[in-house]
Amino acid sequence: MSNKSTPTERRIILKNADDPNYSNKISCYLREGGYAMLKKSFKMKPEEIGAEVLKSGVRGRGGAGFPAGMKWKFLDRKSGKPIYLICNADESEPGTFKDRQIIHKDPHQLIEGMMIAAYAIQAKQAFIYIRAEFFEGARILESAIDEAKAKGFCGDKILGSDFSCDLVVHRGAGAYICGEETGLIESLEGKRPNPRIKPPYFPAVLGLYQCPTIVNNVETLCNVKHIMEIGGDEFAKIGKPNNTGTRIWCVSGHVKKPGYYEFECGALTMGEMIYDVCGGLLPGRSLQAVIPGGSSSKILRADERFSGKLKDGTDFDWGVEDIPLDFDGPMAAGTMSGSGGIIVMDDTVDMVEAMANINAFYAHESCGQCTPCREGSLWMRKITQRMCDGGAREEDADLLLSVANQIEGRTICAFGEAAAWPTQSFIAKFRDRFEDKVKNPERKKSSLQLI
Amino acid sequence: MISKKNSKVVPIVLDGKEVEVPEGMNLVDAAALHGKEIPHYCYHPQLSVAGNCRMCLIEMGTPMRNRETGEAILDDDGSPRIGWVPKPVIGCATNVSPGMHVKTESEKVLGCREGVMEFLLVNHPLDCPICDQAGECRLQEFATDYGRGYSRFVERKNVKPKRTRLGPRVTLDDERCILCSRCIRFCQEVPKDDVLGFVDRGSFSTLTCFPGRELDNNYSLNTVDLCPVGALTSSDFRFKMRVWFLKDADSICPESSAGCNTTVSSREGELYRITPRRNDLVNDSWMPDSGRELYKSVKSNNRILSSRIDQNPCTADEAIIESIRLLEGKKIGIVGSCKSSLEEQFLLNQISLKTNAVNFIRGHFEEDDGILLSADRTPNLRGALISGFTQNYPKDNLVSLSQALDQNQLDVLLVIDEDLEAAQVDIANLEGVPIVFIGTHTNSTSNRASVVLPSLTTFEKSGTFVNRSFYAQVFRQAVPGPAGVLPDLSLLSRLHNGLTEDEEISPDQNSVWKVMNNVSGSVLKEISLTDVRKDAVLLDSSKWSDLPFVESKALHFEPATKVEA
Ligand SMILES: Cc1cc2nc3c(=O)[nH]c(=O)nc-3n(C[C@H](O)[C@H](O)[C@H](O)COP(=O)(O)O)c2cc1C
Ligand code: SF4
Ligand code: SF4
Ligand code: FES
Repeated sequence: MSNKSTPTERRIILKNADDPNYSNKISCYLREGGYAMLKKSFKMKPEEIGAEVLKSGVRGRGGAGFPAGMKWKFLDRKSGKPIYLICNADESEPGTFKDRQIIHKDPHQLIEGMMIAAYAIQAKQAFIYIRAEFFEGARILESAIDEAKAKGFCGDKILGSDFSCDLVVHRGAGAYICGEETGLIESLEGKRPNPRIKPPYFPAVLGLYQCPTIVNNVETLCNVKHIMEIGGDEFAKIGKPNNTGTRIWCVSGHVKKPGYYEFECGALTMGEMIYDVCGGLLPGRSLQAVIPGGSSSKILRADERFSGKLKDGTDFDWGVEDIPLDFDGPMAAGTMSGSGGIIVMDDTVDMVEAMANINAFYAHESCGQCTPCREGSLWMRKITQRMCDGGAREEDADLLLSVANQIEGRTICAFGEAAAWPTQSFIAKFRDRFEDKVKNPERKKSSLQLI
Repeated sequence: MISKKNSKVVPIVLDGKEVEVPEGMNLVDAAALHGKEIPHYCYHPQLSVAGNCRMCLIEMGTPMRNRETGEAILDDDGSPRIGWVPKPVIGCATNVSPGMHVKTESEKVLGCREGVMEFLLVNHPLDCPICDQAGECRLQEFATDYGRGYSRFVERKNVKPKRTRLGPRVTLDDERCILCSRCIRFCQEVPKDDVLGFVDRGSFSTLTCFPGRELDNNYSLNTVDLCPVGALTSSDFRFKMRVWFLKDADSICPESSAGCNTTVSSREGELYRITPRRNDLVNDSWMPDSGRELYKSVKSNNRILSSRIDQNPCTADEAIIESIRLLEGKKIGIVGSCKSSLEEQFLLNQISLKTNAVNFIRGHFEEDDGILLSADRTPNLRGALISGFTQNYPKDNLVSLSQALDQNQLDVLLVIDEDLEAAQVDIANLEGVPIVFIGTHTNSTSNRASVVLPSLTTFEKSGTFVNRSFYAQVFRQAVPGPAGVLPDLSLLSRLHNGLTEDEEISPDQNSVWKVMNNVSGSVLKEISLTDVRKDAVLLDSSKWSDLPFVESKALHFEPATKVEA
């Protein structure tokens, strides 16, 4: 759709990752100037680092997009209790595969970011909570930590200073809910990862072992290093106001070149991403839908239009292709950039089947603590499964929507929304497909087996 | 928590009405104080808050303040503007703050309840006709009060284990479990025996014991009580009786000096179960499993059912007349009981005073569990002190009685319930000493007694016990005693009136209390039976602060600090 030149990536986080002469060994990292920012930071006061991060405006890359500097400010420093830093490397949101690139290809960047962050918040113990399936990633991180410790970048008396911070890799056991920060904390404490009620258990006040705790995503923590490199003010100039820095977008689905791409926030639109960066759709196919930020974000229909007023007061009138890829763009279109997992669906996708698969995921991953999420997610799964098995009924679309509405906003953690939003948006935008199932109940020959 | 004495109250607006509630109280309790029910499953006032059932969702808002100045923002009409939280919040984890607005009956709130009720039922087996909980089930109650009344669920329900033995006394039906985690939290927090947990996830989550463990602690049956549904059932009570046929009586557990408040349930004179009754000063909502078994003693084989003279059956009248004949004008030794009620102990002591008898009493001591089974395994040792029956702290034997007999100081014994042999009384010393025995069950002493007068168990009479903290608490008759068996008070009053010239004492609780109230210097002086019937009454214990009470620190109990010699 665009006749401009292909937007170019701006790689900050993944700068070295795919360089054939670069490996995840500390020698490579040092060669590229690694750990210089740690040294620089240790000459500053911890508060000064926090102030830079706040100025940078960097927003969390784990899904919610909460400003990291602000989160650090909420940390309870008066209690006198130990402070913990946790890196959320649970990366489980379907459609998301960015943190794994960092962990596999440039683990020292994460370690440096974490040690700067630990110093800034004065945490003496830090953890990387990594999903069970990343066994190779865990191994890489462990050997990287050993290397960093041997060189005094981590562990006891970092850089010869009085500040020590141990760093431990903790492997999950294979559960999506361990990515939710309070579920993660419970899991790290050795318990079943039931997310905690907030209030009172805000991690910054009552986190790990009831102590003040900061949980940040892998990509967020890597950014800390780069903020220290150029300063918060300069960093804030990357991207757009309120959408600073770069983002790593993970594109999957029916495009010619799926993969991860790092761009300045707002540097390109969804259309440019799909057609220019990812080479467009497969021959003869047309775009049917896009899920912009991991499977829990609301789906967009290819022919939808979005209009309204942006935060800065300007009017917008977009098609899906026009949505700017940053934090606020997808939000304005009624969805979210979430974890940056863009899932592209062409016209071959049976929307009810896609819904059934998404529902299967959430029904399987609900921790089961709260009634609406536990029962609602499985019920939605059973309904969509039945619809795909030839048992669709007239009233199913309304029922699905009603079940989803009974989950949203009524649960302990945001998993409730994550499970409800797909259904709500699928029904809102593809109701015709759900109704069509009643008249044409047979599965297509090309249909794959459901999850 | 209601139990926390909170002097400060704060104003909140509950469904449009301004009310005052104790500061810091959660909204479920605060609303209840003003007659509004916020339905809840997982919340239990005596356990930590889990917030998982989502039944207590309500709407909440707080007065808005100017970010810079901190001043309240006012509406056009001058009233504070309320910032309503956009999502419903859970009442159980929301504590009141001044000026908070709460809606418990809005359309949104009712919608939330309908939703949660529907979700709770989609995988529920709906087997009320064969479920023990039916009739006292929160699922039934709230489905009726807050549910939609019809089902939209046409899928297959989940299948889970139906009859799991969790321990010797508790059976689990996982399909009925609503995963509220009350039982798990109870085990962690009260008996501190972390044995229960969930396995699997989502809607397939299943309650179970940790591998190799059992739910066998002495508090396991409390999980049955606090389970809001029919998932946890008492293996003893299972399938025995429909609860709506049961008649309940407020009682006090006689197992130990903890004085757990209980409900004793019966049908047509038959006892079926004992469950704890909430008292935030004494036992919260719990009681030991062992105390629940006690009703079985009512029907045990060694129950004494008829009066006897020289071991031959006779009428009660004959036995009483023979007792008076044996006791009259003699040097009497009276063996009282820490298991008797305060009224009985008092009356017994009146007999003693007026016949110049010598009093003996023993204590029954075992290990203290630090919760609700105290080292003193009698319900009313303190009653023996207050009634004046003894000034000394009872020993766990009756060696002093044995010595008195050895020195021929006593002609005849009046024994309440006690087994003298088991209390280290030398049998040789009992030769030629007639015994009048009043008790409920046979023992070596009743077997050698000249007169045996059967009496009633705690479940068959009313009275007062004074617990380890010196709370006077009444227990009420749950079932009638065996035919022809007189209440202890009647027996004692007949003996009293037969042995003394004094004014007669009528054998009812009220009359005895009137006499007790008149004793000079008594700690009961300002206290009436009516007070005690209303609520536990804390008695002045300062007179006895030097005695070597055996109880150790436990739930709602702090031993008096003694100066060690
Ligand atoms: C159901 C659920 C799953 C989540 N999974 C992840 C995850 O895999 N990785 C992650 O970084 N954040 C995840 N989050 C977000 C975290 O709770 C938390 O907000 C985030 O780690 C904070 O880091 P950030 O501020 O740097 O984004 C998840 C949240 C929810 C509700
Ligand atoms: S919303 Fe779902 S995942 Fe989150 S706590 Fe509740 S049941 Fe668990
Ligand atoms: S067994 Fe009963 S108390 Fe325990 S979690 Fe299930 S419903 Fe709750
Ligand atoms: S009672 Fe509040 S969430 Fe269960």
